[in-house]
Amino acid sequence: MDNETEREAAPMKNSTTVERESEREIVVTRTFNGPAHVVFEAWTTPELLKRWWVPESLGMSWVSCEADVRTGGTYRFVFSHPAFEQPMAFFGRYIEVTPHSRIVWTSEESADGPTSTVTFEEKDGKTLLVLRELYSSKQALDDAIESGSSATSAAPEQFELLDELLVTLV
Amino acid sequence: MVQFQQTRLDASFAALSDTTRRGILERLGASDASITELAEKFRMTLTGMKKHVGVLEQAGLVTTEKVGRVRTCKLGSRRLEEEAAWIERYRQLWDARFDELDEIVEELKREKRINGQRNGT
Repeated sequence: MDNETEREAAPMKNSTTVERESEREIVVTRTFNGPAHVVFEAWTTPELLKRWWVPESLGMSWVSCEADVRTGGTYRFVFSHPAFEQPMAFFGRYIEVTPHSRIVWTSEESADGPTSTVTFEEKDGKTLLVLRELYSSKQALDDAIESGSSATSAAPEQFELLDELLVTLV
Repeated sequence: MVQFQQTRLDASFAALSDTTRRGILERLGASDASITELAEKFRMTLTGMKKHVGVLEQAGLVTTEKVGRVRTCKLGSRRLEEEAAWIERYRQLWDARFDELDEIVEELKREKRINGQRNGT
């Protein structure tokens, strides 16, 4: 503990970008100051995923977190919030899990949920993360935007509340 | 992304290249209007006006909504603003997640360095 003087100065915060890249696709990018296998580990280990997937500012807490992160595996995230009568569940399947480089999964809690693909590309000890959410049609993405939802989509009556929660993230 | 923006830009320019369509946008800037009202104002058939509005709609410059038998046209920018606002909220969600993820990445890096040292000795 005493000889931790070699700890680097806090690096500049990396920025997150979001673009609607086509009529039915949203793309999120961010660089991490660490190798791809570390970012992959944080994404695929349920205990670690639990620590970052729901930022404190959302005011939601985990009820349960099941994630069998391998090709063909499933996940089920359940959250509660003081303002929700019922906990909210988000679930789907992992279509592809390629260690350290690529994860593809579905979101099945709503009928027109997107297929998400996250890739980790390492360069000079840093990792570029690209998350693509592909909807089945332009209409499906437009609807998701209109209802204020997306990867965090919820039952219709909860959209408004979720919307408010997201606004408080500022 | 570049390609998509290019396509949208092309559609916008094509839509704006026509005097009547620029006139329609100016008219809708004053207030929303039905296809019938627009057709009358620009002395055009309903079919002709529908085509113009269709081009503007494709370019995202105009949105239309049909209530009963009347199709009302309005400027499309509001929709784009809503989309921009949604994208910003969505960006903030992921940014907050990734800030937390940053910390875990730092932690894992430190752990591995320590483990590496242990294994090395």
